[in-house]
Amino acid sequence: MRVALFLTCVNDTLYPETGRAVVRLLTRLGVEVDFPMAQTCCGQAHYNTGYRHEAEPLARHFADVFTDYDAIVTPSGSCGAMVRELYPRMGERARAEGRGDTLAAVLAPVVPKTYELTEFLVDVLGVTDVGAYYPHTVTYHPTCHGLRSLGLGDRPRRLLEAVKGLELVELPGAEECCGFGGTFAVKNSDVSAAMGADKVRNAESTGADVLCAADNSCLMHIGGTMTRLRTGMRPVHIAEILASTGEAAV
Amino acid sequence: MSGTFVGMPAFPVAARQAVGNETLRGNLRHATHTIRDKRARAVAELDDWAALREAGKQIKDHTLRHLDRYLVQVEEAVTAAGGTVHWAADADEANEIVARLVEETGESEVVKVKSMATQEIALNEALEARGIHAYETDLAELIVQLGKDRPSHILVPAIHRNRGEIRDIFRSEMSEWGRPAPEGLTDTPAELAEAARLHLREKFLRAKVGISGANFVVAETGTLVVVESEGNGRMCLTLPETLISVVGIEKIVPRWQDLEVFLQTLPRSSTAERMNPYTSMWTGTTGEDGPRTFHLVLLDNGRTDTLADEVGRQALRCIRCSACLNVCPVYERAGGHAYGSVYPGPIGAILSPQLRGTKSEIDASLPYASSLCGACYEVCPVAIDIPEVLVHLRERVVQGGPAVRGGNRVVLKPAKGHAAERAAMRAAQWAFTHPGALRTGQRLASRTRRLHPRTLPGPGRAWSGTRDLPAVPAEPFRDWWQRTRGGKDGAK
Repeated sequence: MRVALFLTCVNDTLYPETGRAVVRLLTRLGVEVDFPMAQTCCGQAHYNTGYRHEAEPLARHFADVFTDYDAIVTPSGSCGAMVRELYPRMGERARAEGRGDTLAAVLAPVVPKTYELTEFLVDVLGVTDVGAYYPHTVTYHPTCHGLRSLGLGDRPRRLLEAVKGLELVELPGAEECCGFGGTFAVKNSDVSAAMGADKVRNAESTGADVLCAADNSCLMHIGGTMTRLRTGMRPVHIAEILASTGEAAV
Repeated sequence: MSGTFVGMPAFPVAARQAVGNETLRGNLRHATHTIRDKRARAVAELDDWAALREAGKQIKDHTLRHLDRYLVQVEEAVTAAGGTVHWAADADEANEIVARLVEETGESEVVKVKSMATQEIALNEALEARGIHAYETDLAELIVQLGKDRPSHILVPAIHRNRGEIRDIFRSEMSEWGRPAPEGLTDTPAELAEAARLHLREKFLRAKVGISGANFVVAETGTLVVVESEGNGRMCLTLPETLISVVGIEKIVPRWQDLEVFLQTLPRSSTAERMNPYTSMWTGTTGEDGPRTFHLVLLDNGRTDTLADEVGRQALRCIRCSACLNVCPVYERAGGHAYGSVYPGPIGAILSPQLRGTKSEIDASLPYASSLCGACYEVCPVAIDIPEVLVHLRERVVQGGPAVRGGNRVVLKPAKGHAAERAAMRAAQWAFTHPGALRTGQRLASRTRRLHPRTLPGPGRAWSGTRDLPAVPAEPFRDWWQRTRGGKDGAK
């Protein structure tokens, strides 16, 4: 199986350790993973801010880069949802605007092959115990697009529960949005900040050392709020927990 | 539309004030969390909820697709039952019709059933200008009216008020409008309810004209339906001699049997009840029983324009249950007033810019009043994909494009103030379609990482005022990949 890592532009630029963790984890599970160097951005920020036409070349570029792989794995529920839920919609809209089936036809092959990391582990590889060791108290925040657009369900929790040394504690109001929302965090920064602060206070009330999620964009917002509120908690991407074996990171 | 909302600032500005008001945030958090938890339990009781939701969506979509036919059927059925049907293209026309009908009765007072349509057209203000006093009889609407306030929620207009505030409003304002509040009124719910009951009873028994909206209009029989919790609506519907109902044209359902679906989904979604306490239905006039004269004013006010938009038209499925408000994290912090419309929350953010257009500052900002978390879509009993419509309307705001306004096809210009953003989005698009350029940018960011400020100037201040920025790593992932796996680079 030819598996490609779609790391996302945010992870590539700001959170390379998440990418290294995905590579380490998948390699340990016997998957040979490739990183197509031409990959850039799925276009979600453009699409969700109202720049659908500007997002189209990015979607085409994504399809061009990834179309030959059997599976495309991404450590981002949000970017995964962009491909799986919104690429088909972009194709339909182009058709409705009388621009024919070309866009839909280009995008169609990559849509069903794109998996968020925890989906790939549980559904494709069929594992929940990935052999990780992570001796910390962890609370899990299910990010909105992973939860509602992709329907990740309890997959991330099942993976975390199988990690040795990890104590998973319930996050109150877990399914409430952290307030990131892409450009929402800047356009409506007061409401966004209030939502983030409430999320962090809920996380703090669990007594956990670590808040874990499957999306670094949300973790950037939550983590930035955590340090500002001086909580002492750390935001950690689920890939880094699952890749951890207690040895020093690569 | 409503005069009370003219000149509203954009959503972020209005929301900022609400976020800073601790009492308001506390009131909203308490109320929305209580009702959302109750709703989840009430919905979980039905094993066929998903099927009911789909049925509601299908019935509404079918009706909207054949609205012309069903509207004619409504007119025929209501007329045959002894009522009179009036057509209003916009708020001004509707207000004129209602004012004239009231004046023809020779009365200068009317009692009102809680109604979103009459709020939408600012009927009370229009009647006041003609010397007609309209008294709200729904408890929460009464609180809002006495407090010279605006509703903050579709179902619970006074959601932003706590018991102490309500007691103070009753004490100071009731005497201005009629029977004063009892001496020594406290803030216990029973005492507050009794004070409202005494105050309102006087009005019910005196009024000769009632004004209502409707939750549904059944096309095959011409029957109007109002669901409510207090029974005040039923008093307004049955005691006066003349009844005038102002109803949006999207409220139609084809058959009596269709109510079976909505009378299950509406109460559970709105008040988290299996069945609402009062369901009143009336068909024209009936001899000596109830009002002798019945008028139905069918209101368009932007609805056919909305119907012309193939993505946005799903907003017309809305049955005004307000479940999306109660679950929305943005509404919970910003409150209803920040939306600058009688329809607040997620549904307001997609309905108001369609009914009113996206020209004003507030209407252009509403599609952005969401983090797109999707909780509203999940709870919507008629499956309106609110995030989809929000993004669609964002496109209209930043790009302009074809739309229907006032029944005419027009090409909208982009709203002002998005030029810098559009330039940035286009630059990003260029970089993202040129991986080499992206890589150069990443490397530059990494090499200058020690120089990056932790707070930002300009628009970035909105982020860094309350959150720390992440540190830029020493090496982007793609450089690490090439350095360690360079030999088997999968680049195309």
